[in-house]
Amino acid sequence: MSAPTDSPRPSPEQPDEPPGDARTILTGEDMSRALVRIGHEILERNKGADDVVVLGILTRGAPLARRLAHVLADVEEGVDATAVVGLLDVTMHRDDLDDQPTRTIGTTSLPRGGIDAKTVVLVDDVLYSGRTIRAALDALNDLGRPRAVQLAVLVDRGHRELPIRADYVGKNLPTAADERVRVLLAETDGRDAVLIDSGTGTGPRRQR
Amino acid sequence: MKHLLSASDLSRDEAVLILDTAAAMAATQERAIKKLPTLRGRTVVNLFFEDSTRTRISFETAAKRLSADVINFSARGSSVSKGESLKDTALTLQAMGADAVVIRHQASGAPHVLAQSGWTRGAVLNAGDGTHQHPTQALLDAYTLRHHLVGLRAATDPVGRDLAGLDVVIVGDILHSRVARSNVELLHTLGATVTLVAPPTLVPVGVEPWPCAVSYDFDEVLDAGPDAVMMLRIQRERMVDGGFFPSPWEYTRNYGLDARRLARLPDHTIVLHPGPMNRGLEISADAADSPRAVIVEQVANGVAVRMAALYLLLTGADHMQGETE
Repeated sequence: MSAPTDSPRPSPEQPDEPPGDARTILTGEDMSRALVRIGHEILERNKGADDVVVLGILTRGAPLARRLAHVLADVEEGVDATAVVGLLDVTMHRDDLDDQPTRTIGTTSLPRGGIDAKTVVLVDDVLYSGRTIRAALDALNDLGRPRAVQLAVLVDRGHRELPIRADYVGKNLPTAADERVRVLLAETDGRDAVLIDSGTGTGPRRQR
Repeated sequence: MKHLLSASDLSRDEAVLILDTAAAMAATQERAIKKLPTLRGRTVVNLFFEDSTRTRISFETAAKRLSADVINFSARGSSVSKGESLKDTALTLQAMGADAVVIRHQASGAPHVLAQSGWTRGAVLNAGDGTHQHPTQALLDAYTLRHHLVGLRAATDPVGRDLAGLDVVIVGDILHSRVARSNVELLHTLGATVTLVAPPTLVPVGVEPWPCAVSYDFDEVLDAGPDAVMMLRIQRERMVDGGFFPSPWEYTRNYGLDARRLARLPDHTIVLHPGPMNRGLEISADAADSPRAVIVEQVANGVAVRMAALYLLLTGADHMQGETE
């Protein structure tokens, strides 16, 4: 209830222990391969890492952004992984604050050089309705004026409610609305995996 | 929690959650664009039956930084001066669609009446009632104490922490002070040890069950090396009959924080004052302007704490239930 959002914290949508009928969509190896590929795509699209900053959307985008920054640093010379990564909390820009239990507000931290005139790559775990990304774009708007904003997600599960698409996708995953996609990360859950729970008959569950 | 009426209503976890949320709010106030869209379309009414500048401005700033609409209603020059009752005022505000009512009233308990009467559906925030409670002041004091004595002193992030082990001294007009009452309860809930210091005439009857120690000797308490000293204002407007102390000079000599007493404090000790200050009476200019004094910081923290309270009271399907679905 009061944990700093930067640190491991079990999320209500994504409990640590999967129930029995969960299917594994991505293993830990699949996940790191996808992140390495996305890292290369970012460098290819932006012709290097100049002025590229990676902003992880709290909470699960944060570890992914750190890993992606390390990929960039490994591939491209002169990139300091810790200097290009930042964290973005979008809670106070969400449009569903009244539908959910009160959300804990996380801490936004920008890279040292800020985001003005930079190419910002937003990083999140699951792209679903697109509303989190809309909130992130609004939050960015208040923080500075990036030259361009791109979006990287580990899983795109469809069901968009807004005209938003990802520039870099780890895996496209067609889902039913009542299925649940859960991303486990070593930093918070002890292991890396993407799982899908088939619909449990409890009706559609809003996840993102 | 639907309302914020009294510091005693808060559990340790709720209080820490408010302080943590305030820390997140304070971080947003260091940006170039301080306004957030969080409470867009909500209406916050400042209902002030008693004169106040800093608390009203602080609540108004907090609400505006979260994009809420603010309506200021002060008793002076309003329908209240024409004899309107609290009930009719509240019903009027309800008809205007107030989502939250921030109330300051000279009568202890007025916010409780407003919250429990059903006259308004909005959240009620107590901004000071009589000599009873002023919970957001206690929260901003706790936030300031935590920031300095838990965070900066140990060079750690104080988020999630309480005030366990801290020794806080509250000096002055305890009798008339809702700030003291709120602080004693909240600081105790958060694990701090509180000592009240005042002349016997300014200690309320019935102080014994309060979760704090009481002393009449400021110098003796200072010798124990407190972590924080909070000076309270001598509320001369509430002392119409006089007779609480022989003279202002005698009060200052025995209970004022002057350069001499300031020099005896341990290096890390901070000095707080809820304002407005009577310089030269309860606090000397040396103390008020010293690097130990965090009085101006308290004002900035007040905005962050009130933003946190408004956020936690006005969002969420079921308020402050934690994050379980």
